[in-house]
Amino acid sequence: MELLKSVLPYLISGVSVGGQYALIAIGYTMVYGILRLINFAHGDVFMVAGLIMVYLAASMPLYVAIPLMIVLTVALGFAIERVAYKPLRNAPRMSVMISAIGVSYLIQNLALYITGGLNKNYPAIPWISDKVSIFGMETTRVTVITPFLTVILVVALVLLINHTKIGMAMRAVSRDFETAQLMGVKINNVISATFIIGTFLAAVGSMLYFTNYPGVVPTSGGMPGLKAFVAAVFGGIGSIPGAVIGAFIIGICESIIKGLDTILVVNGVIAEQVGFSTFSDAFTFALLIVVLVFKPTGLFGEKTTDKV
Amino acid sequence: MLQKKNNKKNFISLIAVALFLVLVLVLDQIIRPTDKMSMLLTVLQKGSVYALAAVSMNLLNGFTGLFSLGHAGFMLVGAYTYAIFTIPAESRDTVYQYYDAAIRISFPEVLRDNLGAFGTVLGVVLAVLLAGLVAAFFAWLIGLPVLKLKSDYLAIATLGFAEIIRAVFQWGKLGPVTNGSNLLKSFERISTFKLTLGETTIKLSTFVPVLIAVICIALIVLLVNSTYGRSFKAIRDDEIAAEAMGINLAKHKMISFVASSFFAGISGATMAMVLGIAQASNFKSAMTYEILLMVVLGGIGSISGSVIGSMLFVAASEWWLRGLDSGVFLGINAPGIFRNGFRLVVFSVIIMVVVLFFRKGIMGDKELPDLLKPRAKKASKKASKKEVTK
Repeated sequence: MELLKSVLPYLISGVSVGGQYALIAIGYTMVYGILRLINFAHGDVFMVAGLIMVYLAASMPLYVAIPLMIVLTVALGFAIERVAYKPLRNAPRMSVMISAIGVSYLIQNLALYITGGLNKNYPAIPWISDKVSIFGMETTRVTVITPFLTVILVVALVLLINHTKIGMAMRAVSRDFETAQLMGVKINNVISATFIIGTFLAAVGSMLYFTNYPGVVPTSGGMPGLKAFVAAVFGGIGSIPGAVIGAFIIGICESIIKGLDTILVVNGVIAEQVGFSTFSDAFTFALLIVVLVFKPTGLFGEKTTDKV
Repeated sequence: MLQKKNNKKNFISLIAVALFLVLVLVLDQIIRPTDKMSMLLTVLQKGSVYALAAVSMNLLNGFTGLFSLGHAGFMLVGAYTYAIFTIPAESRDTVYQYYDAAIRISFPEVLRDNLGAFGTVLGVVLAVLLAGLVAAFFAWLIGLPVLKLKSDYLAIATLGFAEIIRAVFQWGKLGPVTNGSNLLKSFERISTFKLTLGETTIKLSTFVPVLIAVICIALIVLLVNSTYGRSFKAIRDDEIAAEAMGINLAKHKMISFVASSFFAGISGATMAMVLGIAQASNFKSAMTYEILLMVVLGGIGSISGSVIGSMLFVAASEWWLRGLDSGVFLGINAPGIFRNGFRLVVFSVIIMVVVLFFRKGIMGDKELPDLLKPRAKKASKKASKKEVTK
C-alpha cells in the first residue's frame, strides 16, 4: 500500500505526459508513414504553437485565442511542407531529412529572435488548469483530462482514416507512393492533409503540455519532439495505435524514473538519493535503441523487405 | 603520366598547406588582441575546430553513407577527456569544488617536471590523443548494436546515444571524474601556448588548433584515398553490391564510425582548448545539426568543401554578420530589427536556401585541387572509365 501511494502521483502525471507525447507522436508517425521522413521540425512546430498562444492570449480573450492559435499552427505546418519538403519530392531521402533539420534550426532561431531568448509565461487557461483532487492527491485538471482527450482524438482520427475518402487515399499513399499516384490520388493534397492533421494534434498537445510547465523557451520543443518520435518508433512507425501506446509507455516510464529516487527512499530500498532523475531523458533513448536492435519494426509496425 | 600529374597536384597542395600554416603563424604574432582584425584569429581558431568536426562527419555521412547524428556526444567525450587530464594540481580543488577529484594526474604537469617546456607540449599532445582514443572507444561500444540499423533509424539512434552520453556525464555520482553538471576550467588552453627562444616569445594560440586540424584532416584525406576509403565509397553507393564484391560491411562501417569519432573527439579536445571551458550542457544535438549544416554548405562528399563550409559558417556567425545583432549592418542603422538573434535568423535562411536550391553545396563532391586543374580531372575521369571498360 505504501508502495502504491508513493508511485501513484508519478503514475498519474506519467499517463498525462504520455497523452501529450501521443498527440505529437501521431504527427511523426503519419508523416513517416507517407513520406518516409523524420520531420525534425515537428517538435519545433509544437513549441511555436506554445509561443503563438502566449502572444495571442496577451491581446485577446481565450475563446478567440485558442482557435486562432490552432489555425495559425496548422498554417505553419502546411507552409513548411509546401516550402521545404515539396521541392525535394524526388531528391534522396537524406536531402529531405537535412531540409527538415534546417527548418528546425530556422524555427528555433526565429523563436530566439522574437522572444529574445526569454522564458515566456504560458497563460493560465481557466477550468483546465484548476486544481482538483484525485485519490487524495492534488493535481491540475489538465492532468486528468489529457488521457481522455487523447483517446477521443485518436479514435476520431482512426475513424477518419478508415472511413473517409481522404483516409483511404492516405492509406493508399503510405502503402505505395507511385501506384497511388497512378490511380489518380492527388498525392500533394494527401500529404498536405497529413501535415494539417499532424500539426493540429501537436497544437492541441502543446496547449495541454505547456499548461503544466512554467513557460515556453525556443528549445522547449526539442526534447518532447524527440521523445514523441521515439514513441512512434517504439509503437511501430506508421501505426497510429502503436504511436499512442508507445507514447503512454514512455510517458509513464519517464515519470517514474524522475521519481524513482523518492519512491525507493520512501520504501526503504535505498538509503539516500542516487540521482536517477538525470537519466529520465536517457532512458527514452536507451529504450529506442533496445527496440531498434531487437524489434526494428516496433510493436505494431509492418515488416518491410529490402529489394535490390 | 597520370601518376606524375597526381604527384604534381599533391605537391602543390602540400606547398599551399605549408604556406597557409606559415601565414597563420605570422598572423598570430602581428595581430594584437585589441585590433579589429583579432576576429580573424578567433575565426581561424573556432573555424579549425569546426572544420575538423565537419570533415570527420563527412567521412561518415558523405563518404560511407552512414547518416549519423551523434557527433556532439563524441566531441563531448573528447573535450572532457582533454580537460580532465590537463587540469593542474593547484587548481584541481577549486574546479572540483563539490567533489573529491578522482583523477589526480595532469599530463602536461607531470611531463613538464621531467622534461621541461618540451614536456608541456608532449603532455598536451598526449591528452589530445587520449581524447580521440576515448571517443573512439565509446564509438566502438555504441557501434556494436547501432551500425546494423539503416539510414534514418541510424540517425535517430546515434542522436539518442549522444543524449545518453550527455546525461551520463552530468550525473552527480560521476562527479569525482566529470564534475557533475558543473563546468571544467583552468586546464591548458590556447592563450597559454607560447614558445620562448631566448628573448623572443612566439605566440602559438592560433597556430596550435590550426595545426591539429591540418594534421587530422590530412590523415582523413589519406584514409579516404586508401583501399579502405574506396570500400567506404562502395558501401555508400550500393551496400548490397559492395557486399557482393567481397567488402565486409560490418567491419568497414565500424572502421569508418570509429575513425570519424576519433577525430570528433580530437576536435572536441581542441574546442575545449580554444574556449577554455568544457561543459556537457553545451554539447546538445543543436551542435550536431550545426556541423551537419556546415557539411551541407560545403558539399557532402568533399573534404575541402567541409573546410570551406565551416570556415564560412564560423566567419559569418562570429564576424561578418555580427552587425545584424548589434544595430548597425552595412551602414544601415536599425536597432529595432537588428537586435540580438537576427544574425542567426538571416543565417538559417541562407542555409535553407542552400539546402533547397543549391543542394550540392559550394563544392559538390569535388575537391579544391580539382578546380585548379579542371583538365586533369577530366583526363583522370576518362582514364578511370577506360579502366572500367577493360
